[in-house]
Amino acid sequence: MTHPSMPSQPERRTFFHWLTYLASVAAAALLGVPLVAFLLGALRRKEAEWVRLGPVKDFPQGQTRMVTFDNPLRQPWDGMTAHTGVFVCYLGKDNNQKDQFRVLAVNCAHLGCPVSWFPRSGLFMCPCHGGVYYENGERASGPPPRGLFPCVWRVTEDGKLEVQAPHYPSLQDTLRNPTKV
Amino acid sequence: MKRILEWFDAHLGIREAVLPLLKHPIPKGAAGPMGWWYVFGSASMTMLAVQILTGIALSLVFVPSADNAYESLLYLNFDQPLGWFVRALHYYAGSGMVVMVLLHMAQVFLQGSYKYPRELTWVLGVFLLLCTLGMFFTGQVLRWDPDAYWGVAVGASMTGRVPFLGPYLVHLLLGGPTIGGDTLSRFFDLHVFIIPGALLFFLAVHLWLVLKRGVSEPPVPGQVVDPNTYNAHYEKELQNGVPFLGMPMLRDAIVSALAVIAVVVLAAVIGPKGPSGPPDPTLSGANPRPEWPFLWLFALLSLSPPAAETFIMLIFPVVLIVVLFLVPFVSRRGERAPSRRPVAVLSVLVILTTLGVLTYEGVAAPWSPKMTAWSGDPVPKHLLEKRSPRQMQGAAVLQIKQCRNCHALEGVGGQRGPDLTAVGGHMTRDQLIDQISNGTPGGGNMPAFGKQMTPAEMDALVDFLTTLRGRGQPVASTGTR
Repeated sequence: MTHPSMPSQPERRTFFHWLTYLASVAAAALLGVPLVAFLLGALRRKEAEWVRLGPVKDFPQGQTRMVTFDNPLRQPWDGMTAHTGVFVCYLGKDNNQKDQFRVLAVNCAHLGCPVSWFPRSGLFMCPCHGGVYYENGERASGPPPRGLFPCVWRVTEDGKLEVQAPHYPSLQDTLRNPTKV
Repeated sequence: MKRILEWFDAHLGIREAVLPLLKHPIPKGAAGPMGWWYVFGSASMTMLAVQILTGIALSLVFVPSADNAYESLLYLNFDQPLGWFVRALHYYAGSGMVVMVLLHMAQVFLQGSYKYPRELTWVLGVFLLLCTLGMFFTGQVLRWDPDAYWGVAVGASMTGRVPFLGPYLVHLLLGGPTIGGDTLSRFFDLHVFIIPGALLFFLAVHLWLVLKRGVSEPPVPGQVVDPNTYNAHYEKELQNGVPFLGMPMLRDAIVSALAVIAVVVLAAVIGPKGPSGPPDPTLSGANPRPEWPFLWLFALLSLSPPAAETFIMLIFPVVLIVVLFLVPFVSRRGERAPSRRPVAVLSVLVILTTLGVLTYEGVAAPWSPKMTAWSGDPVPKHLLEKRSPRQMQGAAVLQIKQCRNCHALEGVGGQRGPDLTAVGGHMTRDQLIDQISNGTPGGGNMPAFGKQMTPAEMDALVDFLTTLRGRGQPVASTGTR
């Protein structure tokens, strides 16, 4: 292929080889990096959002009840999938006269199915594999490896109960982290 | 007309390119009666074709958006002309595809067709099986109802158990911090672009290999596969071979046509599946169940001890898939006839029996409490006859404390705990009080009710339970009484 009178030919060809590799790698990176970054957008941490559940006096002491709201972590097109329920129980005032609540996510700690509250027996029961919890969220029986996930809550100065919008809780990603309150 | 066709063919060269492929010779034995074993692969492809057609049709109406998907499914079911039928057909042809792929796989395994030189064909087949199951799972999610919502939740909870990476993988799976619009878009993407793309690619390579390595001849006992001599032997087989275009193709066509008729009839008679309800996660009464190809896994998880659970969720499926991939490399040579391969036959029988039993258990799901039994399944009348007021009160306690959600009376009620119809015959009063107060020791299957009822309720309940005995059965007693 090389012509004796053109000694520079092979070098030029090598150069073009390398140029092609380099250009291809650059093109792949320019294409790939933004695409991967786009996909990892799902991992973006959203700022903690607080949901107002109502005045403290609306929650009778010692009674667990389900409160529903639209999760502010939603997308505008989530529709009714954004509906979220939590179990709220007012525990009365502590020694410092501060209102105390117990707020639990509905998701079973076993595989995330929605537990139901049975006030007559004071138990939460899961329909999937029969996980059972006591009223305080502690595991009572069945396969769950831990109790129900407690939500982060606060009482505002004007006496309203607020809960931190819950993400989907799982064993290594409970509702306590990452925001400390 | 003929001249027009010939003009096109002269330019396109279709006949030249495709006819040799269709006429590729297959071993004579495979063209005989044994050829009926060779029909499941093409039947799977026919089901795939039905899926592509019905899938394109459905996507014209279905809205893959969390706020409208459910509405568009209802529209398909009730308003769109024949929408109900196309939805049903998509479900039953999908099920048919799983069935055909499994039959195809069992036949190839039993007749040793995966052995040299068709190892890679088997490997591609395993990829195709995984794609098919992946399509089934992602398709279920597009039926945006409570089963879909909670099915994704269960998948996310399993993913969340992956060491270290779990939380990140959950958010990647869901497309964000919660189950919602991004989740549905993701599964739509998987179901419509990513998995079908992979599936068609794997299918192309699979078919290429079928043509290149040829269709295996029906196994003959005593005729062993030896990689050193097999190719020469196969070439000789092909010398008396028969072109695929002809009887063998007709056989494939007949079975494919019957399969299509079967799924069309099923779809027309049974109708579409779901949606079971609006995808509102705050609605009570959710009772999520996986689709039928995954019921065995649901059962396996439910029946395994909690300590082994994470292993079964995360490691076991990987092991299973690796084993499938390794089959043709572990058994690459030797006998192909099932009559000379008792271990292979036994494996298929054991696997099918196991899957069958687990699927049956998955349907019955005795480990799931029956959440409405306490209010919906009353105590049978004759168990209340001639009982004292206090015993009657105990029967009421049995109901209102949700005992029936896990315990049946005469077979009616939850199956998670033992049936209580004759409990008075084998547990004493003290044993009953102990069991109810403390539950199963070590936090097993029964919660402790000690703090969940008053002493009076406990007394009444135990009074009632001791009356539950078979005819003529004495009150249970310990030896010391």
